[in-house]
Amino acid sequence: MIDMADTLNKTFTCIVCPRGCEVTATMDGEGNIQKIEGNFCPRGAEYVRNELTHPMRQLTSTVIIHGGIYDRLPVILSSEIPKDKMMDVMRALDGIEVSAPIRRGDVIIHDVCGLGVDVVASRSM
Amino acid sequence: MKRYEIVIVGGGSAGIAAAIAAYNNGCKDILLLEKDAELGGILLQCIHNGFGLHRFGEELAGPAYAEKWKDMLKDTSVDVRLNTTVIHLYNDKTLTYVNPTEGYVTIQAKAIVLALGCRERSRGAIGTPGYRPSGVWTAGTAQKYLNMQGYMVGRRVFILGSGDIGLIMARRMVLEGAEVLGVAEIMPYSNGLPRNMKQCLDDFDIPLYLSHTVTDIRGRDRLNGITVSRVDDSLQPIAGTEMDFNVDTLLMSVGLIPDTALLTEAGITLHPKTKGAVVDEHMMTDIPGIFSCGNGLHVHDLVDFVSMEGEEAGLAAARYVSGELKRSKRYAVSAGEGVNYVLPSYISPASMEDGLDIKLRVKNNARDVRLVLRQGDKPIKEIKKLRVAPSEMEKVKVTRKELADISGDMILSVEE
Repeated sequence: MIDMADTLNKTFTCIVCPRGCEVTATMDGEGNIQKIEGNFCPRGAEYVRNELTHPMRQLTSTVIIHGGIYDRLPVILSSEIPKDKMMDVMRALDGIEVSAPIRRGDVIIHDVCGLGVDVVASRSM
Repeated sequence: MKRYEIVIVGGGSAGIAAAIAAYNNGCKDILLLEKDAELGGILLQCIHNGFGLHRFGEELAGPAYAEKWKDMLKDTSVDVRLNTTVIHLYNDKTLTYVNPTEGYVTIQAKAIVLALGCRERSRGAIGTPGYRPSGVWTAGTAQKYLNMQGYMVGRRVFILGSGDIGLIMARRMVLEGAEVLGVAEIMPYSNGLPRNMKQCLDDFDIPLYLSHTVTDIRGRDRLNGITVSRVDDSLQPIAGTEMDFNVDTLLMSVGLIPDTALLTEAGITLHPKTKGAVVDEHMMTDIPGIFSCGNGLHVHDLVDFVSMEGEEAGLAAARYVSGELKRSKRYAVSAGEGVNYVLPSYISPASMEDGLDIKLRVKNNARDVRLVLRQGDKPIKEIKKLRVAPSEMEKVKVTRKELADISGDMILSVEE
């Protein structure tokens, strides 16, 4: 039984997919999650658990490329990073220059900022 | 004059998908015309991720999504011309194009698929008053400069309109070191996907001003300030609510409209709401053999659905060329209570594919409603929705069996 007097509800817009479910977490007085509802899929529950403890985000940006059809190569992370590290990764990307040809998935920075995540090319160029 | 079975105009997500689908359905004589230097369309500047969840079961950056489709196209013998702009389209299915190697060329096709994409509404389209300094951009133009060429268009930014491109550019500008002072939306609700409200605005503490619009633009050479005012229920600015923002850049994300310059010349009937062509269930316009799809037909929220629609049009074009697409008795489908538009405008139950998505946009945010397709008072199909929003395209799937007894025009409505 959850004693409703001691519970706290927090609602999140899930960003996992374009569906954008509104997911509500019910927590007890100590902040332990009692219940998660409103999510269409299991990823929504996981998103809310992360959001409450350590929010994670994907990050995309560009780096300078020489000899490509454009002057910038779009890049993405091999997996999500803590939300508060996004600006650190942006700074790490500053000044990175690569040369064509690049294949989609090529690693541009290995283990960026020691986060255990790679910066990879989003496209071939 | 060279003749082709199918000519596809536009090599973005819809056009590539149309070409592949036409090829895979038996047509081997296909020409794909693209005005840019490579295929991929607007996806190439959409470097954020979130594309392809429906199609590939993974979230890809825009350029990666485009590359996957371009790779699939390489497995076909579709003839691709880049740097090629179509100049004229005529109702006998001749068209003229120009490019640096062939010059000015006239060709004719048995079927033409128009995958022309859309354009951004600009300052002029919404009549924003004030001076005309540099520093006022459509969000997509700024996106292309930043993501493909590496130019920052400004340092202190305000965004008018809460469309997805504006929200995504708000985040992108902040990540690149700019300050985004706010987003104004004239409607009382956001026009972007909920996830973008969260991850592009909330994550970066960017304020959203609902029921607000830009009422003055200042600066002789470069933008140096704007005024934002609250609007009333009839969207008119309220005197005394003015807020001044000291910014050097105003990005406009105030809607997209299908690019229809070619359609007008050919005499194709346009839809008053979608601003694209009026089409039947095969994406065929009122000129037999001319099809339209993607954002050039109506503006979508997700590229996955643009690709899907391109495939439908490509399949239909292939069937048209092979003579399988027979005209049969058709019925109108129109927007009823609470619905802004439905697409297609006409359905022939006897010749439709089995399992047809009727696409619609609702007029207002609502919860716990039903989308009901009726002929007269008789319900044909209804689906329950927990939540509907104008920013999210809905679909009502109908089967041949469900439409077998139709004897009159249909109306699709939102009901309690």
